[in-house]
Amino acid sequence: MKVFNILIAGVGGQGVLLTSKIIAEAALLQGLDVKQSEVHGMAQRGGSVLSQVRFGDKVFSPIVAEGEADLLIGFEPLETARYLHFLREDGTVIYNTRSIGTIGVSIGKETYPQDIHETIQKNAYAVHPFDATHVAVEVGEKRAVNLVLLGAAIRFLPLDPSVVDNAITNSVPKKLLELNRKAFQAGVGQASIR
Amino acid sequence: MTKAILSGNEAIARGFLEAGGKVAAAYPGTPSTEVLEVLSQAKGIHAEWSTNEKVALEVAIGGSLSGVRSMACMKHVGVNVAADPLMTVAYTGVNAGLVLMVADDPGMFSSQNEQDTRHYARMAKVPCLEPVDSDEARSYVRAAFELSEAFDTPVILRTTTRISHCKSVVETAEPAAVKDKDLANDVPKYVMLPANAKKRHLVVEERLAKLRDHAETAAFNEIRPGKGDIGFIANGIAYQYVREAFPDAPVLKLGMTYPLPEKKLRAFAASVAKLAVVEELDGFVEEQLKALGLTVHFGKAAFPPCGELTARTIREGVGGTAVVCKLPVGGLIVRPPTFCPGCSHRGLYTIIAKLKLYVSGDIGCYTLGALPPFSSMHTCICMGASISGAHGMSRGLALKGVKQKPVAVIGDSTFLHSGITGLIDMVYNGGDALVVIMNNDTTGMTGGQEHAGTGRSASGAAAPKLDIGKLCQAIGAQRVREIDAYNLKELEQIMKEELAAPGTAVLISNQPCVLRYKVSKKPYHVDTTTCTGCKMCLKSGCIALSFVPGGKKGHVEVDALLCNGCSVCSQLCATKSMINT
Repeated sequence: MKVFNILIAGVGGQGVLLTSKIIAEAALLQGLDVKQSEVHGMAQRGGSVLSQVRFGDKVFSPIVAEGEADLLIGFEPLETARYLHFLREDGTVIYNTRSIGTIGVSIGKETYPQDIHETIQKNAYAVHPFDATHVAVEVGEKRAVNLVLLGAAIRFLPLDPSVVDNAITNSVPKKLLELNRKAFQAGVGQASIR
Repeated sequence: MTKAILSGNEAIARGFLEAGGKVAAAYPGTPSTEVLEVLSQAKGIHAEWSTNEKVALEVAIGGSLSGVRSMACMKHVGVNVAADPLMTVAYTGVNAGLVLMVADDPGMFSSQNEQDTRHYARMAKVPCLEPVDSDEARSYVRAAFELSEAFDTPVILRTTTRISHCKSVVETAEPAAVKDKDLANDVPKYVMLPANAKKRHLVVEERLAKLRDHAETAAFNEIRPGKGDIGFIANGIAYQYVREAFPDAPVLKLGMTYPLPEKKLRAFAASVAKLAVVEELDGFVEEQLKALGLTVHFGKAAFPPCGELTARTIREGVGGTAVVCKLPVGGLIVRPPTFCPGCSHRGLYTIIAKLKLYVSGDIGCYTLGALPPFSSMHTCICMGASISGAHGMSRGLALKGVKQKPVAVIGDSTFLHSGITGLIDMVYNGGDALVVIMNNDTTGMTGGQEHAGTGRSASGAAAPKLDIGKLCQAIGAQRVREIDAYNLKELEQIMKEELAAPGTAVLISNQPCVLRYKVSKKPYHVDTTTCTGCKMCLKSGCIALSFVPGGKKGHVEVDALLCNGCSVCSQLCATKSMINT
């Protein structure tokens, strides 16, 4: 299998790393070579967070290069827009429409871009937006937005859904498993093309 | 043998256990932290958070002398702190194997500089190993211990952020049965009096010559034949980028970057039309190749010494064409890191900014006080420098006749790491500065590790709890007061009092890290009928707040999903519009 490249972008604290961990684990369970990259430390304090997963028969670089991402999973619109140039010409983006202000916005020095959704539409081939935060709140856990997005992204991933379920089981604490599964299922089928 | 997907750091911890390692000591530092976090939960070994990196290396040296395989782990700048024992343990050699695991941070994801640890290997004249993925990170730990014991030398195992934090597939092995050694008892070898050290220096030079010979045949350095004019020499993550960019090219992979295999390098250079040396940070290998008289066609001039390399920079560096891609979307606002909602540092910096104080800063979450809206840190050099720096400033200002009391801001873990010595110095040498110790009961920036002040060991077991206030008093600080960083009015009052008083004053905040201890209070909301849109609350610099234009002057909103209920913004509100009842 040719290497499949995924970028997962969001804000520190949104659970970006768990989503990439589950995808990487699923790729391993499917018998593929896989590499995953993430950043810890200062970048996690409410800053922009990017995780990358690459899987296929043989993977060298753990980093997705500009112009090579097959799929961008965005946890927040501004952070989605920030990484659009990493997408292939025919790449797919699926993202959470719920915005989170930056510190510059919070202190009144900057304004959040009002045209962010148009920007994303203009700069990517296939765009699938939906309010993943709303879905997570409906499920009963605002922090489960990461599993909601994974559920929504599943149809774009060349991975067997049953291995993804096993990967979820392996990756989340037992007492939170049912909640995470529920959030994942609530995400499946979200965000059809507008 | 089972397959797992592990980060380089998790794999190093696994490798330590597989190699029969017994004593592991570290001070947290991104990107090295997870090695000891994993080991802290292992049975049958001693794994500790040491007070600082010097202590960690000395503990590991002691472990080696006791006769068990031992390892110290730290980030690149930690080696500066540990350099003193490193330079001399290089002379004494080891008893049981001794490994110094160091994680460099090209691109400075979470560091204050981009220093290249390989220079330390050369300075100490000890071997440096560099894995290219997690599985090698695992297997190189055992190899490092074997090398250490075979050549009687400490061994540096160097990673970078992308090796430490990238995850890849690992095939785990069973732990080796390693026989412990007797406690070292060899005075001329281990007591570095000048007379003994003179003899040991000769041994170090002989050892280095033997290591050079070993490098020629060691499995670490591997030639991968290929097609094309350009032959690549690469190490660490750069090797992966080379394979990504030029999968069919000939490559000499250097798993041991010090000392280098001269004959092998010459043979490889002779076998290719053009030589490219691809290494992140400094041209460490390139310089040595040039010293051998070899021509490097693509070196640091092609692959910059600042920041990370990528497959793309390598393609472009040798004049190849890169993958076509769009330009980044322009004009997007940035999202810098910031204090968590509810963080106690917010209250402190709200007042420091209001009083326009001059702050000598330190390394930790509170370094973010340098960013807007506070912009209230004026220097930050290294761990512990806040207090000693503030002391020097206070002396210089006094000599100039300027009446200004500098403020040092430091966290609990950093204070214990190397702030204590600065405070001793300040008190002893008649300092005149205000020292604020933000004790949040954890090593916060690295994700919440234990230290001597938390009352728990690395494993989470109960441990003696150091009392920072009593320690400051024991040092001789006359004015030591506790502050509540969430009570702005009181905080301002106390800071004004202490700034007016002569001599060293220490203020200690004892409020737990909200992230580490999951502190969460009832979120606030805004009464939009009374909010005047004055934006005073925004001075607290909290991402839960946002200004909504419209109406007469607009109003502020609180995101209930983000708000932690700390009340700092409500204390800034003149119209009592922040409600949480």
